[in-house]
Amino acid sequence: MVERLLVGAGAGYSGDRIEAPIAVVRDLKASGERAAIIFETLGERTLALAQLRRRENPQLGYEPKLRPLLTPVLKDCVENKIAIVGNFGAGNPPAAAKLIAGLAAEQKVRARIGVVTGDDMLGPEGLEVLRAASNELPDDRALVSANAYLGAAPIVEALGEGADIVVTGRVADPALTLGPLIHAFGWAFDDWHRLGVGTMAGHLLECGAQVTGGYFADPGFKDVPEPENIGFPIANIERSGDFVIGKAQGGGLVDRRTVAEQLLYEVHDPAAYLTPDVTADIGNASIVEVGKDRVRVDGITGHQRPDTLKVTVCYDGGWLAEGEISYYGPNAIARAKLAAEVVRKRSPKNIRIRCDIIGVLSVLGDDGGTSFAGIDAFGEPTSDVRLRVAFAGDDKSLVERGLQEVEALYCAGPAAGGGIRLALRPRIAATSCFIPRSAVTPRVEIVEARP
Amino acid sequence: MIELELHALAHARTGDKGNRLNVSLIAYEPAIYPLLVKHVTETAVAMRFIHRRPSAVMRYELPKMHALNFVLDDVLDGGVTQALNLDSHGKTLSFHLLGLRIPVPEDLVKHARTNRGGN
Repeated sequence: MVERLLVGAGAGYSGDRIEAPIAVVRDLKASGERAAIIFETLGERTLALAQLRRRENPQLGYEPKLRPLLTPVLKDCVENKIAIVGNFGAGNPPAAAKLIAGLAAEQKVRARIGVVTGDDMLGPEGLEVLRAASNELPDDRALVSANAYLGAAPIVEALGEGADIVVTGRVADPALTLGPLIHAFGWAFDDWHRLGVGTMAGHLLECGAQVTGGYFADPGFKDVPEPENIGFPIANIERSGDFVIGKAQGGGLVDRRTVAEQLLYEVHDPAAYLTPDVTADIGNASIVEVGKDRVRVDGITGHQRPDTLKVTVCYDGGWLAEGEISYYGPNAIARAKLAAEVVRKRSPKNIRIRCDIIGVLSVLGDDGGTSFAGIDAFGEPTSDVRLRVAFAGDDKSLVERGLQEVEALYCAGPAAGGGIRLALRPRIAATSCFIPRSAVTPRVEIVEARP
Repeated sequence: MIELELHALAHARTGDKGNRLNVSLIAYEPAIYPLLVKHVTETAVAMRFIHRRPSAVMRYELPKMHALNFVLDDVLDGGVTQALNLDSHGKTLSFHLLGLRIPVPEDLVKHARTNRGGN
């Protein structure tokens, strides 16, 4: 019987550090314990962007960095029975599984891949459910993605069928951790206490370095060792539900402060953290340092899971444009403000416009970095300013028209404006609604990869 | 009694969900926690973020973590998918809360952090 499971985090978001999983897998392997590694790569809008890629090419729509993320660790994980669980399937888990199968073949390893689907609600039946749940959704034509947050159950099922790798689309982030825990320990799906604890262990892991000194350093107040090489977290979780958060070798740190910040990250009512699997409760949590870079969290529990599942619906959000121009030296702010006023007056009236003035040291600096090194000696930061104008609207041509007025500031704006940059991109809007559990059917399929 | 920025007494992190922001505020030392409870009220936080026009501010107390968790509604101009702000997540706003000054009795000043060699 397995008494403990180590769960490491290989990624905390889609843009996370590619090298991070290597140290995690090395440490999991060295521990000799039963282990899993999770990859959380889906933000609120990431899935919509994935759907757009899938529309262009039905073979795409999964995490774009999937290959570089898994290449250095796949063989090691499969050969050492370290389960890989990731939501890197994004908008197309079967295509991600195909890529992983190809990678396994290249690396000459035999692997079973569990593919979790059923989160996609964009089909006719799903849409009917969504329309019944919310009357604030846009036209079908504007919808880009609609995905229900699945819980741990399909991950447990895939692992139960011997999957070495589980690839999902939208699942609740902590479920990536809770799945391997339930599989390893056989926790019941109504063991609210343990599910609550396992969920919060997953919550601490799901943002990668955010619990090991990432997103934390405040020089002179909260210093982080080797901040350029932060070891990602590894949780040591017992069958009883007790757990200790540690980290892979490298820089960073795990202490009372890093764990407290991450425990409350994106939490509203601490006594009711809602997930598809459980209502987790950290209202009485306490944080205990048990060694260097080892922290235990006591007092977590859980209560009955919600009756509904959350669905994130993404739709066409029009266009966003941003233009910037710098002013330096005497009266710089006045010139930047005048430029803002001129752009506003020249731009179309029926788009949204926002102006900001940014600045410490930019245009006066040098490519070699000498001035950056002496940044404190440059006196009043407000003499090096940058006007930023943001435009948003549904009509691309109007937004572009506004942006063009930033470009025109070179010859037809205030004195000595420089360094114009312009960017225009489509925008994805998101909303959410809650649907009955019974409206969602998670599915698990096993793909065999043979060398 | 002297006035100090929360930055000297506590640390913080924000998270966003849609148009709702949460800001944790964690005392460096347990002895400071009652001071946070006393001075960093829902009203004080609503005033601190007045320019973002919160429609509601809720405070949750976590005495065993000597931490407070604030939930501010409708302060992100629609949030990451709508706002024109450079920081549409509101990620930088934890340090706006840490700029709030509160009165600190003389006997607790010893718990205040000062810059220890950083910039």
